[in-house]
Amino acid sequence: MITAGIDVGNKNTRALILKDGEVLARSLVPSGFDQKKAARDVFDATLKRAGISEADVDYTMATGTGQEKVTFAHGRVTEVSSAARGAVKIFPGARTVIDVGAEEGRAIKTDEKGKVMDFAINEKCAAGTGSFVESMSRALEVTLEEMGPLSLNGENSVPMNAQCAVFAESEVISLIHSRIPKEDIAKSIHEAMASRISSMVRRVGIQKDVVMLGGVAYNKGFVEALEEDLELKLLIPEDYPEYISAFGAALVAVDKAGSK
Amino acid sequence: MVEVKEFWRWKEYNWKNPDIQWKDAAVITAGVDVGSVSSQAVVMCDNEIYAFANMRTGSDSPNGALNAMKWALEDTGMTLDDIHCKVGTGYGRVNVPFADRAITEIACHAKGANYMYGPTVRTIMDMGGQDCKAIRCDEKGKVVSFLMNDKCAAGTGRGMESFASLLGVSIEEVGELSLQVEEEPPPVSNTCVVFAKTEATGLLRSGWSTEKVLAAYCSAMAHRVVSLLERIGMEEDFAITGGIAKNVGVVSRLEKELGVKALKPRYDTQIAGAMGAALFAKALVEKGENR
Repeated sequence: MITAGIDVGNKNTRALILKDGEVLARSLVPSGFDQKKAARDVFDATLKRAGISEADVDYTMATGTGQEKVTFAHGRVTEVSSAARGAVKIFPGARTVIDVGAEEGRAIKTDEKGKVMDFAINEKCAAGTGSFVESMSRALEVTLEEMGPLSLNGENSVPMNAQCAVFAESEVISLIHSRIPKEDIAKSIHEAMASRISSMVRRVGIQKDVVMLGGVAYNKGFVEALEEDLELKLLIPEDYPEYISAFGAALVAVDKAGSK
Repeated sequence: MVEVKEFWRWKEYNWKNPDIQWKDAAVITAGVDVGSVSSQAVVMCDNEIYAFANMRTGSDSPNGALNAMKWALEDTGMTLDDIHCKVGTGYGRVNVPFADRAITEIACHAKGANYMYGPTVRTIMDMGGQDCKAIRCDEKGKVVSFLMNDKCAAGTGRGMESFASLLGVSIEEVGELSLQVEEEPPPVSNTCVVFAKTEATGLLRSGWSTEKVLAAYCSAMAHRVVSLLERIGMEEDFAITGGIAKNVGVVSRLEKELGVKALKPRYDTQIAGAMGAALFAKALVEKGENR
């Protein structure tokens, strides 16, 4: 059986094709301002990569904040459900899932089958999301990719009181002016962000194992800060932490296709 | 060399009343409001405003307070020692080294608005650099209740500054330009400035004019503070203070959504806090509690 999961996020859109439990192909495009087109383009690219045609796919499931833009999908599943489902498949012991994307952060409590028991979500504010790190990297004049390694070299952190990305940016600039090393500032930024996410995780309750997903999982500086804050080790999918929702959607598609 | 235009930069200035001879005054007081973005100093002679200065707060607030004060006193011949009582207020009020007293900005804003707009003011919307406050007060300018957002840049001057920079429009022109639209567009995301900026970039790319995007942002900003006013309970007369009160694009949309006209300001809307502080200083002198 062949199924597909399409995850339309605020920043990127991803597609993943699954054949009998194995990942055939996956790809990613920026969501841009035409999410409908992004969904179509990423699906076509993934089909091509898998060497199959759309007719070979038994069931296509859309997820993500722009899921309704995937007009060609057979069904839809919320990004919370697909993240939980995908995480539990990869880490069967996962009971808490933290998903941090470009414009959203989520903490999800799941059972052993990947069914959502509870969740908390931040979609109103850039604090504690990928766009927060992006703004801060601009203020520090380093690339987004450099943020993680930079902060791992930080020794002392300075308390940052701003919760808001706009205010934090001015705060970072005053820190630079008072000659605080960039490494320390980067460390402080990740700590501020981690405290925001950890309070959300505590709200749903921490139960091991704890898995971290989403594009921000690539940022080792943030991961370290969050691990310190939560006082535990996070499990992170090795290959593709930002594809787990698409993966989860493709798994849900298998169930749907089976019961068709 | 390429000159980088700072679109967010608003005009700093000082002013003095040429009709007042300060040496004839019985009571001279001053109020200094050290905000997160701007600082103001107001000097009062008896019951009149004698001089004031309005400038950006630098990265260290003790100097910010002194700079504003010195600038207000520029060319007056008055020194700090001639002032009978000085009160500090605002976010940096504990860092006003020369102040005799520090008083919260909520109390000062209400007091200042009562003087500036008259005793009929019951609700004040202060839209400052890094926070916005809805204040209810009585006929004496005493605070009855207040609500405040200081966690988020939406609805604040800092948010407007960053939007002006994004669009390459001078912050002082934002309001006027935002009114140059044939039809009012739907507001952009009224929550996060970061998200609103992403949204605005998208709208520009999809062919919206700068004016239309500004209109969408000003109306989002107005909507944001209306909810604060609705929660506190709006009672007329209504006045808007702070830097955003100078933005006709936000003010007119705010008035429209509330269905209430704001009182026309007679003074610089940014000096309300410092004004209130100077008035408190005057009351302290009259009670003999100024030192």
